[in-house]
Amino acid sequence: MEWVDGWALSLATFLPIAGAMVLIFVPPAQEKVIKSVATLFAFLALVAGIVVLARFDFGAAGTLQMQVDASWISQINARYHIGIDGISLPLLELSLLVSFLCVIYSWWHIPSPGNPKAFFALILLLETGMTGTFAALDLILFFIFFELVLVPMYFMIGIWGGPRREYAAVKFFLYTLFGSIFMLLGFLALYFNSGPHTFDMLALREQGLGGASDLFQNLVFLGLFLGFAIKVPMWPFHTWLPDAHTEAPTVGSVLLAAVMLKLGTYGFVRIALPILPDAAVTFAPAIGVLAVIAIIYGSLCCFAQTDLKRMIAFSSVGHMGFVMLGIATLTDIGINGAVFGMVAHGLITGMLFFLAGSMHERYHTREIAALGGMLKQIPRFGSLLTFTAIASLGLPGLAGFWGEMLALLGSYQPHPELSATLFRFLMVGGGIGTVLTAGYFLWMLQRVNLGHVPEKFAGSAGVVDVVPLEWYAWVPLLMLILAAGVFPRMVLGVTDGAVQALIGAIG
Amino acid sequence: MELAQLAVQPGVDLHALAPDIVLALAACVVLVADLFLPRESKWIAMPLSAAGLLGTLAAVVSLIGERRLTLDGSFEIDTFALVFKGLFCVIGLIVLAMSLSYFRDGRYYQGEYYFLMLCSLLGGVVMASARDLITLFIAIELISIPAIIMTALRKADVKSNESALKFFLFSVLSSAVMLFGMSLVYGIAGSTNLADIRAALSGGGPSSVRLVQLLEVAPDDPIVVLAVFFVVVGFAFKISAVPFHFWAPDTYEGAPSPVAAFLSTASKIGGFVGLLVLMFKAFPDVADNWRPAFAVLATLTMTVGNLIALRQRHIIRLLAYSGIAQSGYVLVTLALIDPDRPGANAQALRSAIIYLAIYAVMDLGAFAAAVSFARKGGSYFISDYSGLWRRSPVLATLMAGFLLSLAGTPPMAGAWAKLFVFLATINSGVIWLAVVMGINAVIAAWYYLAVVKRMFLDAPEVEEPIEVPYILRAAMSVAALALLAAFIYPPIITSLAERSIL
Repeated sequence: MEWVDGWALSLATFLPIAGAMVLIFVPPAQEKVIKSVATLFAFLALVAGIVVLARFDFGAAGTLQMQVDASWISQINARYHIGIDGISLPLLELSLLVSFLCVIYSWWHIPSPGNPKAFFALILLLETGMTGTFAALDLILFFIFFELVLVPMYFMIGIWGGPRREYAAVKFFLYTLFGSIFMLLGFLALYFNSGPHTFDMLALREQGLGGASDLFQNLVFLGLFLGFAIKVPMWPFHTWLPDAHTEAPTVGSVLLAAVMLKLGTYGFVRIALPILPDAAVTFAPAIGVLAVIAIIYGSLCCFAQTDLKRMIAFSSVGHMGFVMLGIATLTDIGINGAVFGMVAHGLITGMLFFLAGSMHERYHTREIAALGGMLKQIPRFGSLLTFTAIASLGLPGLAGFWGEMLALLGSYQPHPELSATLFRFLMVGGGIGTVLTAGYFLWMLQRVNLGHVPEKFAGSAGVVDVVPLEWYAWVPLLMLILAAGVFPRMVLGVTDGAVQALIGAIG
Repeated sequence: MELAQLAVQPGVDLHALAPDIVLALAACVVLVADLFLPRESKWIAMPLSAAGLLGTLAAVVSLIGERRLTLDGSFEIDTFALVFKGLFCVIGLIVLAMSLSYFRDGRYYQGEYYFLMLCSLLGGVVMASARDLITLFIAIELISIPAIIMTALRKADVKSNESALKFFLFSVLSSAVMLFGMSLVYGIAGSTNLADIRAALSGGGPSSVRLVQLLEVAPDDPIVVLAVFFVVVGFAFKISAVPFHFWAPDTYEGAPSPVAAFLSTASKIGGFVGLLVLMFKAFPDVADNWRPAFAVLATLTMTVGNLIALRQRHIIRLLAYSGIAQSGYVLVTLALIDPDRPGANAQALRSAIIYLAIYAVMDLGAFAAAVSFARKGGSYFISDYSGLWRRSPVLATLMAGFLLSLAGTPPMAGAWAKLFVFLATINSGVIWLAVVMGINAVIAAWYYLAVVKRMFLDAPEVEEPIEVPYILRAAMSVAALALLAAFIYPPIITSLAERSIL
């Protein structure tokens, strides 16, 4: 089984891109073949992911397992170093699962202007970029995967998006590129500070910073912060997100929300905190404050939205605020909560965007005010919306609850070097945020699900209840939302070991 | 008989000169063959030239791993020289692929064109090995003068004439300035050999080949500064660095497009090779005098090039200005030279080589795509690129690949080109230049993306599909695949650069 351990992770990462390559040679008219090939490769990647899960030693979740460390660019000592631990495993599985479900969903949902070949190829490219980012243990490798998602997502929003797609696509691209260049500068600074020079995350963590000045550490942290914070996105770098989410096609929104936003928060946990622990302590209060601003601001913006998809996008800003608050506490509780929050947000918000997309196909509008009485007209669909929205607002028993609860709990007693007073204020702020979140989601449900069916939709043949294909794509997400809520150990049991190791590094 | 005599003469290493000789012979063959070819078959000069370039490439390959010095130390074969000789051959081959249908359909002076192009490439091939001021000067003139005539080949077109005249005047002016600087250098060092010049400038005792006893100068003597300044300004014209760039966009626009592609790659890289050789071989010990000038030049070149490129509506002008901005990144590496830090110098040189090699392929690819589009059913105006994706998915994808590579985003090798320059800059501790580069990279992404956006996101005004000639399609595909391969496994290029030491 040595062979499996060595290859499973690489296969999970590169099978999707191999599928995209195969797609190039399929004639565009052969739609069925295109869909089958894409599904096959996404499925194979998922199988590889399940093998990783099966071979993962949960007793040693704190150590990096299934490492592959091969020579790549020997001239600068950048290596093909991948591996996985309790923090990256759930996210990796999440990205493989969600990508596969997106491929399934796209069988009958290729948005206008069509061209399934390019569309599936882009999904697969994105999948490789996202999966690779979670597996990479070398800064250059990480950077390449991190950047790899940029171009496919640009095209996905720009070609298949809504009316303002061009603006949204370009804004997304330039914003992210801007951040990642400063992140790259930070990586290079770490490289030259290390001795012997290395891009290896583990080696950098072990070496320490070798007495680098506070200024150096803070500047490098700032560079990384810019790159990651734009990706998360944290307030005030979030403005690309509502545009990108609103304009992207359903699958694009799902992938963005479910996985891509986590690349930023994951970067904080995997790179910024362990390698720059002192700077992390310096920056933590600022990150905490920004996170709480994001929570409150995101929630308030949700109240003002008339477009359902845009509302969900702003709710993401708030939810990612909780994740960042958890990270800012620098405690095991907080960071466990943050990782849990990432997974939960991926499942729930991914699901919400699926629902929003399918609603748009049925009603041809996403205006909350134009909808109503969905529970009467299409009861199953309405129930799913209720279920997912309630999960998102953090009802205990569903996945959304644990991430927020742990982040707030962590803020009560933050890292000893942080000001407990400040973080208790932040906890109160976050608490207010949860109330606001409940408020706007319930208000949305009231307007969309309850009340009378608007006249123009009353007899509309297009408004059908959930179709089988949608069930296939959604059931796994729905079950996981419930399972993670009832049995949080499913995620926390995996993450805790790795988080403890991380906290040990911060000291 | 005489040739055999020459071969045994000590000091002339014919094998070392083989690539240059093969290319020169090929140029002559093309010129003579043109006399005998009937009017309809003049295009045969193109495969002949391609064969000549392949022969040159074979000669280059036969020298791999060699390190030779011949012609009294004025001509050197090392990895640096071979990498650039090979690069010039590759550039030549791609430009030939672009030229065939352009010149055959336009019935321009095909035989002369291919002859001139080979001559200009010969200049580049010589330049890569030149280790002497006079050889350097001859090489750069050999690059420029045929290029001027190539620019003017569309005789009936006023724009072509204007652009050639502009190019000619700037070229002559810059040559004069450069020569003046070189004469000052000779006056100080008493030798035209670069190694001797370096020894003389660092005050390392009397040089063995010094012909006449000249004034003794300190490294920071104003005359040294002035001499280097004039040489650098001369080269700055050739590589169209801001503020010496005014000729380039007009010339590119007026020239036949394959010639514009040639100018923005072969001619520009030729200038850079000369500059790298001079700065790393002859002047590194007085780097304190000129390093700041390169930092300023690089900043201006990147920023001004990018800002003006934002406003361009003509694809060739856009590529011209973007090419100017791209040169700025290479100039950055020259602003990093520090005599006290050999490690950092090697890093800087390496990044310059990697940048130039990748730049050549991606820039030529973009030009080739522009030529393919303009040939039938398209134009040079960016507004006409709308919806190209529907009209020719292959062409649009290739063009997008090249533009994204120029912008420096994965999955194309352009990302590594930028990354290695960043690496060298951070290594030298010049953080502010790295930040300037970072901001410029974002500005540049904007205008490259604008073209990509037009091709993919906008609706086409005409649905008529675009037909791309077979040979152009093959050339572009090879270039794109090379960029992709170098992205996935960068040692293809970095290992060559690693071994290139000056």
